[in-house]
Amino acid sequence: MTSLAGNWVQIHNIVLRPDQRPETLPAETRAVPLELRVKGWQITGRAEIGEEIRIRTVLDREQTGTLIAVNPEYGHDFGRAIPELLAAGDEVVAMMRNTPKEG
Amino acid sequence: MTKTDYASVMARKGDIMLSSLGIDYAPFMAHPAMFDYEALMGLVPYDIDQVRQIQLRAGVGSTALIELRQITRLARKLAPKGKGARIFVKDEAANPSGSYKARRAALSLHHAEHAGFKGVVTATSGNYGAAVASQAARRNLACVVVQEVYDSHGIGQPEILEKGRACEIYGAEVAQLSVGPELFYSFLRVLEETGYFNASLYTPFAIAGVEPLGFEIVEQMRDATGTTPDVVICTHAGGGNLTGTARGLRKAGADHTQIIGASVDLTGLHMASDSDFNRKHFTTGHTGFGIPFAGWPDRTDVPRNAARVLRYMDRYLLLKQGEVFYMTEVLARLEGLERGPAGNISLAAAFALSQEMDADQTIVVQETEYAGAGKQPSAQLDFARRRGIDILRGDSESEIPGQNVIIPDEPGRIRVRDVDMTKLRRSLVKKVVAMSEPGTCGDDLVNFLAEETQMRRADVAALI
Repeated sequence: MTSLAGNWVQIHNIVLRPDQRPETLPAETRAVPLELRVKGWQITGRAEIGEEIRIRTVLDREQTGTLIAVNPEYGHDFGRAIPELLAAGDEVVAMMRNTPKEG
Repeated sequence: MTKTDYASVMARKGDIMLSSLGIDYAPFMAHPAMFDYEALMGLVPYDIDQVRQIQLRAGVGSTALIELRQITRLARKLAPKGKGARIFVKDEAANPSGSYKARRAALSLHHAEHAGFKGVVTATSGNYGAAVASQAARRNLACVVVQEVYDSHGIGQPEILEKGRACEIYGAEVAQLSVGPELFYSFLRVLEETGYFNASLYTPFAIAGVEPLGFEIVEQMRDATGTTPDVVICTHAGGGNLTGTARGLRKAGADHTQIIGASVDLTGLHMASDSDFNRKHFTTGHTGFGIPFAGWPDRTDVPRNAARVLRYMDRYLLLKQGEVFYMTEVLARLEGLERGPAGNISLAAAFALSQEMDADQTIVVQETEYAGAGKQPSAQLDFARRRGIDILRGDSESEIPGQNVIIPDEPGRIRVRDVDMTKLRRSLVKKVVAMSEPGTCGDDLVNFLAEETQMRRADVAALI
């Protein structure tokens, strides 16, 4: 995928390689790098996913990193209903229907 | 050229923090642990009326206090006759960024603006990021939020993704990191690169900003019931929520109100673990922050933490994840209020506690938070289920963090579990004594520790 200057993009950087991470970390965390993702406006004229580019963030700060996405989706949503919770809700509503209201 | 490798930046930590806070901590650093807490809080040059005025101009505070009559009825139905305290909730979701954190951000950024900073930086994966970004937008300040978002597979849980989106909508630059406490290193680098203000959650400003929340509770409870509340429950993580609220309660004259902290029990999950990261269904208000911060507050991004819960907390209660999701459902179904789960930790505690208290007593749950995509129980639990966590009905006691979430099979299952406060207090005393030079454990230190832990002076002296 080709991305052009002016696109809203996301870049990726390795902040610390595993060997640069503190020894006090749990093994599974220390086995992987510390990664950074930042979004901004692409400055580099033309780039493919995976190429190094420059961006300008919303604060006008220039940053360099690997292009990983063009206008990435937020992706999070409401999920699916949780039947166990729906049932719990139904139960308390039914309980209250049978409970007299106070003054 | 300034070195930016991990060791070099961490070695400059003290200098970076000092230049980015606009606060002189030197007078509080003479002793390794002891300092004048009230003098630290006194660095905020405003009384509570002035703080309220600053927040009013920022669109913050004066939220509604809502009586939860149906939930109280449900509690009374389960409780012995004559029991079932009235439950009220402070609807903090009505703040500009959707949580009480707007209060902390408003006063911090007021200070940053007056100290001449052009922008602010905050390290948080919680509601505070959106609060800082929102208040920065109102003041034309630049804002960078440094967040821990993804595991090593690039997966972020819905609640944290939502919090990042909220920061972006207010115009913040969001640095999204993978799991690891070295987030602090990235945060320090941004502070150095930008020269912006460190909008820490733990400055005196960030705590004084919460005081009006406690103050408003007392005013509103006097209007609603004619007196101060018997109990106020605060969801506890880093400690600022409880500390600031308690100080506000006292300033409003609520000297006899019991102050209770509540956290979700995530025992067994490691906060710095890449594989545990997405197995926590609460991203704040949990024991991973609550226990260490209660027992040792000075573990933050400021030289002295102004959030010190042992000074104020009378009880500390734990809830299971499933219990809090259950109460989030009950709040929607019985009270018509859809609010985010993290704010309902203290609601779950209130529901259980109400059943032990007399019917003419009162409990205030001191916050709600906004709900939305990513923040609903459906989003968090559907994500969990797809990743192999069992979502079951049953006995809350059988919940194992990281393996299952047990939605109570009946409301009577919800109960509170006391954290041993004596143990927390004693461990703080012992740590301070260990840090102090031999022969310097005199009356001053005893007095400091008695205030720091609400222990009797004689008990502190006996431990020393």
